[in-house]
Amino acid sequence: MKWRKSGYRKSYSDKIFDIVNLLVMIILLFIFVWPLWFVVIASFSDPNQVWMGKVVLWPKGFTLISYEELLQYKRIWTGYANTIFYTVVGTLVNLAMTVCGAYPLSRKDFMPRHVVMILLMITMYFSGGLIPTYLVVSKLGLVNTRWAMIIPGAMSVYNMIVTRTYFMNSIPSSLQEAATLDGASSFQYLIRVVLPLSKPILAVIGLYYAVGHWNDFYSALIYIYDDSMLPLQSFLRDILMSTKLTLNNMSGVDMATAAAKAQLAQTLKYSVIIVSTVPVLCIYPFIQKYFVKGVMIGSVKG
Amino acid sequence: MNITAKKESFGARLLKNMRKNWILYLMITPVLLYYIIFSYVPMYGVLLAFKDYKIKLGILGSPWVGFDHFQRFFSAYNFKRLLMNTVGLSVYGMIAGFPIPIIFALMLNYLRHRKLKKAVQMVSYAPYFISTVVICGMISIFMSQDSGIFNVIRGFFGMEPVDFLAKPEWFKHIYVWSGIWQGMGWSSIIYISALAGVDYEMHEAAIVDGATKIQRMIHIDLPSIKPTILMLFILQMGGLLGVGFEKVYLLQNSLNRSAASVISTYVYEVGLVNSDYGYSTAVGLFNSVISLVLVVTANQLSKKFAGESLF
Repeated sequence: MKWRKSGYRKSYSDKIFDIVNLLVMIILLFIFVWPLWFVVIASFSDPNQVWMGKVVLWPKGFTLISYEELLQYKRIWTGYANTIFYTVVGTLVNLAMTVCGAYPLSRKDFMPRHVVMILLMITMYFSGGLIPTYLVVSKLGLVNTRWAMIIPGAMSVYNMIVTRTYFMNSIPSSLQEAATLDGASSFQYLIRVVLPLSKPILAVIGLYYAVGHWNDFYSALIYIYDDSMLPLQSFLRDILMSTKLTLNNMSGVDMATAAAKAQLAQTLKYSVIIVSTVPVLCIYPFIQKYFVKGVMIGSVKG
Repeated sequence: MNITAKKESFGARLLKNMRKNWILYLMITPVLLYYIIFSYVPMYGVLLAFKDYKIKLGILGSPWVGFDHFQRFFSAYNFKRLLMNTVGLSVYGMIAGFPIPIIFALMLNYLRHRKLKKAVQMVSYAPYFISTVVICGMISIFMSQDSGIFNVIRGFFGMEPVDFLAKPEWFKHIYVWSGIWQGMGWSSIIYISALAGVDYEMHEAAIVDGATKIQRMIHIDLPSIKPTILMLFILQMGGLLGVGFEKVYLLQNSLNRSAASVISTYVYEVGLVNSDYGYSTAVGLFNSVISLVLVVTANQLSKKFAGESLF
């Protein structure tokens, strides 16, 4: 009879479980990685080979034609610039608003904090809906301006509660007493003590917001009409979901041109996914642990 | 006598507090303004659902129509289909998508290869950060009739290629399973962290008693993370009618429309495309009221039977 180091017998059922578990995890790893990997290799492969389904694990007929094609597609770069603007400005506004909400609500000497909390939490469960919100944005004259991408989503109650929980649980209240004794005002205490101590949570929340802005497609669909102000995601949608369009417009075009056109449209898809997703996926490994931390703080009941 | 004399009125105390902490009040002002303007004013705008909205007359001035919009929706030719699609997608999504992250977290918890564990965790979170537009683009690539991987596999087994996105009967599977691919890693984080908090002494005792890993999962791990599971269940119940607009909207085309239209896409179509404001608001209101009822019901049930509640 074999005994494990810990001194307990490993049962037959556990052995099977370990093997099955290992296999399932390896398969899952493959399922998560392969689709992303495929897009990468397809973007560097000969479009014809991809079209024929020959590209599976490695690029075939290495070429940069997909990226060259993309460089000529000027609208994408306008979208890119717009998205960077919306992400940077939007995230700064989000962070400022979130701190403005979270800090007073974390202070026990802020009298109306319970009422305000309830008012804000109601908005998590009930909203006016698409049209009433649209009418407000439209009345304010924000429709089809850059502000429509930033102001209607200026903060999220959920992120504010996460930040508030952090302020309350991770910063000792003795610091506030000490600061008050030294004659610091609430504002000085916030700037000099609270914010520097809250860098981890501000990073997490900031990244949540930034990814949200980068991936935002909905706001532009509803509020923006001008091509010059559309974000990257709107142009992405035109390219990625366009096979139907090209196919529909093909009547009257001869077969060879049609096939070439369809292949070109297909080719562009891979490079455009890479170019638009790489910024997010590149910083992802470095910030991954912070994201996880954010989820855990958020799961603590406020 | 003395105590009552010391007690100031509420107003006086508030004024004193405001004077002392004026900075806090100043900070909260933009936040309150934001929520009043972008959440509470639209809530008031819900009145539109009971009015025949005329832009010139405004919300208050437009004539009342009572429940006309609701009646029109309930008797619309596509009412049943919209409701069934919406409920169908979310119930299917919940039945398939709710347990998977839990099972994934449990299995990952028992994985002994540390490096593989790290690797699986890291790649499983990644799809969550990919935009819906790109996810839908990838779906259309992998589902494509001529070179998509699913049809390549079908061809390998000698089956006819299928244009998945053009077939209404495939829509719900595509929608739900792509959602699981994208979200399961991320949803599992919360369970993984809950599992990390399970008292190891219980496991040691069970090992001594000869419990297998599967028995330990069922009798130790699952009961320990029950509060987390219930909390997330309540939250998901609220989203039962809130099928994400973006993904359905992006995946729908003229061929799969019978399966790929849900309440939220209908609200968008009649509201912003056809500018039928009152009607669209009514449909949206119907949706949010049911969601609210569902989340409150789930909360009460959970409070009664499991002693866990969100509010």
